[in-house]
Amino acid sequence: MPYTLHVNGVPRTVDVDGDMPLLWVLRDELDMTGTKFGCGAGLCGACTVHLDGVAIRGCQTPVSTVGTSSITTIEGMASDAIGKRLQAAWLELDVPQCGYCQAGQIMAAAALLTQTPHPTDDDIDAAMTGNICRCATYTRIRAAIKLAAGGVP
Amino acid sequence: MTSRRFFLKASAIAGGGLLLRAVLPFPALADNASPGRLTAYIEIAPDGFVTIRSKNPEIGQGIKTMLPMVIAEELDVDWQHVRIAQAPLDPEVYGQQFAGGSTATPMNYMPMRRAGAVGRAMLVSAAAQQWDVPVSELRTDAGVVHHDKSGRSIGYGSLAARATAVPVPSTDSVTLKDPKEFRIIGKPIRSVDNPKIVTGQKLFGIDTVMPGMLIAVFEKCPVFGGKIVSANVDAIKTLPGVHDAFVVHGNGGRDPQGVADGVAILAKNWWVANQARTKLQITWDEGSTAQQSSQSFAEQAGKLSGQTPTTWLRRDGDAADAIKAATHVVEAEYSYPFLAHIPLEPQNCTAYYQDGKVTLWAPTQNPAPGQALVAKALGIGLSDVTVNMLRIGGGFGRRLRNDFMAEAAWISRQAGGVPIKLLWSRQDDVRHDFYRPAGFHFLKGGIDRSGKLVALTDHFVTFSRDGKLADSAGLNEYEFPAALVPNLEYGLSMMDLGVPTGPLRAPRSNALGFVFQSFVDELAIQAGQDPLAFRLAILGEPRLIQSNPGRSNPRADFDTGRMSAVLRKVAEMSDWSNRHTLPKRTGKGIAFYFSHMGYFAEVVQTTVSTVGEVKLDHVWTVGDVGSQIINPLNAVNQVQGAALDGLGAALGQAITIEKGRVVESNFDAVKPLRMDQVPPVDVHFLTTNHPPTGLGEPALPPVIPALCNAIFAATGKRIRTLPVDTGMLRV
Repeated sequence: MPYTLHVNGVPRTVDVDGDMPLLWVLRDELDMTGTKFGCGAGLCGACTVHLDGVAIRGCQTPVSTVGTSSITTIEGMASDAIGKRLQAAWLELDVPQCGYCQAGQIMAAAALLTQTPHPTDDDIDAAMTGNICRCATYTRIRAAIKLAAGGVP
Repeated sequence: MTSRRFFLKASAIAGGGLLLRAVLPFPALADNASPGRLTAYIEIAPDGFVTIRSKNPEIGQGIKTMLPMVIAEELDVDWQHVRIAQAPLDPEVYGQQFAGGSTATPMNYMPMRRAGAVGRAMLVSAAAQQWDVPVSELRTDAGVVHHDKSGRSIGYGSLAARATAVPVPSTDSVTLKDPKEFRIIGKPIRSVDNPKIVTGQKLFGIDTVMPGMLIAVFEKCPVFGGKIVSANVDAIKTLPGVHDAFVVHGNGGRDPQGVADGVAILAKNWWVANQARTKLQITWDEGSTAQQSSQSFAEQAGKLSGQTPTTWLRRDGDAADAIKAATHVVEAEYSYPFLAHIPLEPQNCTAYYQDGKVTLWAPTQNPAPGQALVAKALGIGLSDVTVNMLRIGGGFGRRLRNDFMAEAAWISRQAGGVPIKLLWSRQDDVRHDFYRPAGFHFLKGGIDRSGKLVALTDHFVTFSRDGKLADSAGLNEYEFPAALVPNLEYGLSMMDLGVPTGPLRAPRSNALGFVFQSFVDELAIQAGQDPLAFRLAILGEPRLIQSNPGRSNPRADFDTGRMSAVLRKVAEMSDWSNRHTLPKRTGKGIAFYFSHMGYFAEVVQTTVSTVGEVKLDHVWTVGDVGSQIINPLNAVNQVQGAALDGLGAALGQAITIEKGRVVESNFDAVKPLRMDQVPPVDVHFLTTNHPPTGLGEPALPPVIPALCNAIFAATGKRIRTLPVDTGMLRV
């Protein structure tokens, strides 16, 4: 059935099964491939996007449950003040290795900074532990979050 | 340059630019290595921008940035004026193209410097011609040739057209920079693809989209090598959204790299195709591997340990006698499980078969064998297979094997020439890997009255496939501490294995480092010695131990002096000598390992709670990979990543075989490290007067025994089986 989604401020209509996870609506219906597939089970965080500013797992969110919530993806981060700061910090500290998880990491970090502008290490642990980086760039991810928050990395 | 296969060629490109193709031999990494060649591919445009083709696959090791850095340095251009383009697979043009074995640095460093220097020399010659001045009066600086005497300057772009007509100098004749003058090599250069990564642009194999493309899933037999008998594909085809479904009778059979039997389902959307899999009813002929299990292997290994090894790799002195006469004797069994690679990007490949030819968009570490595999599976010529290389969301050795490429090509053909993107689920990825082989070691060691290690024996029960040592199984006869202990025996026995195996980051070393560096620790403790001093004593005086006396093999020849130096340095950094002041249930462990021509010593500090939880407090790493760290920003990232990768595997990963199939299927059971587990990882490099070598792997092997030795220091419990069983660490 048709659903009208609000993705990065743009209304997009798709005609899909209501059970289809948002991840696959984004990737295969809307050709927005910045959001990544890693596990399909909510275990790795590669598919993290925002629903009304809150980080959710795209692979575990049926499209029928999205309603009129605004969806923000990595493709929308450059026009988000916090997202922009995070992207700049990621570049400054040369965070990625393979880079595959980093969209999800940035989305999780953006949601964290929206809630907690100056996170402690414990806050970062709590917000980021659901996001696997198989190359283990965690030290730099932590430093980049602190840099984007305006602190010393 | 004696061979005609090595040449330099300059030609013009549209608009008056210079294209330089330098085909160079790469240094032999072993005496018996076949001579290979590398190609630098440099374009200088009239606007002064330089485009360098990056020939190797990028898996996160940073090669796409690093090789162009080396060329740009000697070409003497401003890094801001360098553009990097990913090359497709074309060994005729680019020579060797692969990502594995931490080989890119030792193979490319000098040849690529020379290629850059040739380009610079040609541009200088062009300027000399234009101004009619001697070359000796000219100097270059960041893409500009200067004639200081007359105050004239000219950019490379303006010289490019003229440079195409300059005679090409030989690579031996050009002058290389003094490393003190480096302005790119040794500087922190950021990875070129990062702006695309952080903004979510298309980059990875999985992001490939083609007009008219369908997405494919492929259900294979859960038992390795199983054959398909029948499947309800007619029912599957009627499911909403399913475009096609068919049985694949592959060419795989016992060959895990060939196309396995299975059922392909095609849809416009991956989720639709994958949902249809839940409705599949398939009858399999599981074959003989269904009899195999991890548990039966462990039992079989125990039985074999009581027998004489079937193969002796090495018998120095008389180990049995020496152990009989020893003051301290330690006997121990060590084992480790199969491991999966679990790159975060699941296996995928896009393929378009048309009229007997196929084009692939493949995230592969090893594109040339992938091309050959596809040609063989489809029965077409190599030249009918075109491979485009896409950025890879994690390799770790998994994508050295190209089964996913052959599957994608086969499915595209069987679907009638439709472009398809094959995408595996995470379950597929965990359950259809080429696993790090498990292993069982039965060790004895003897220390004499003076505290010297005088005897060591290992009966290693490993795996065979079709009568031969299984891929990435086994042990080299020169494995440490060979040649450093007078009475030493390494013997092998093998068990037949139907489970595919293959290289995982630091193959063999990732397991053998755990075994030998843990056992050496046990011996030190038994003899009442400091584990650091005991190791230094085994290493002895600085000298090169040739793996095969009289024949050079840079990949295996072991310099005890370089290892002692990194050990001493890591002890100093980690305050090793004050470790007795640590609180109760906190301990430090030390270990070293030589692999991929890199020398690494590492210390781990851990605190083990009374319920057995292992908290990682700190990791210190010291490496010696030669005279030059090419990109320090990336080098630190690689070492930290390798160390944390090893710790993750040691603490949370095992692949269990039951009835010929893999039990685990996702990240709930196979656990890479997560943010809340990650300690600070200090990285230090000793620079020594040796050729620069690679960093993707050598920092991994020592971290696992360093952890296990730290756990012993904290708890008195010796970890002899991986992954770490926290249950045995409870008070």
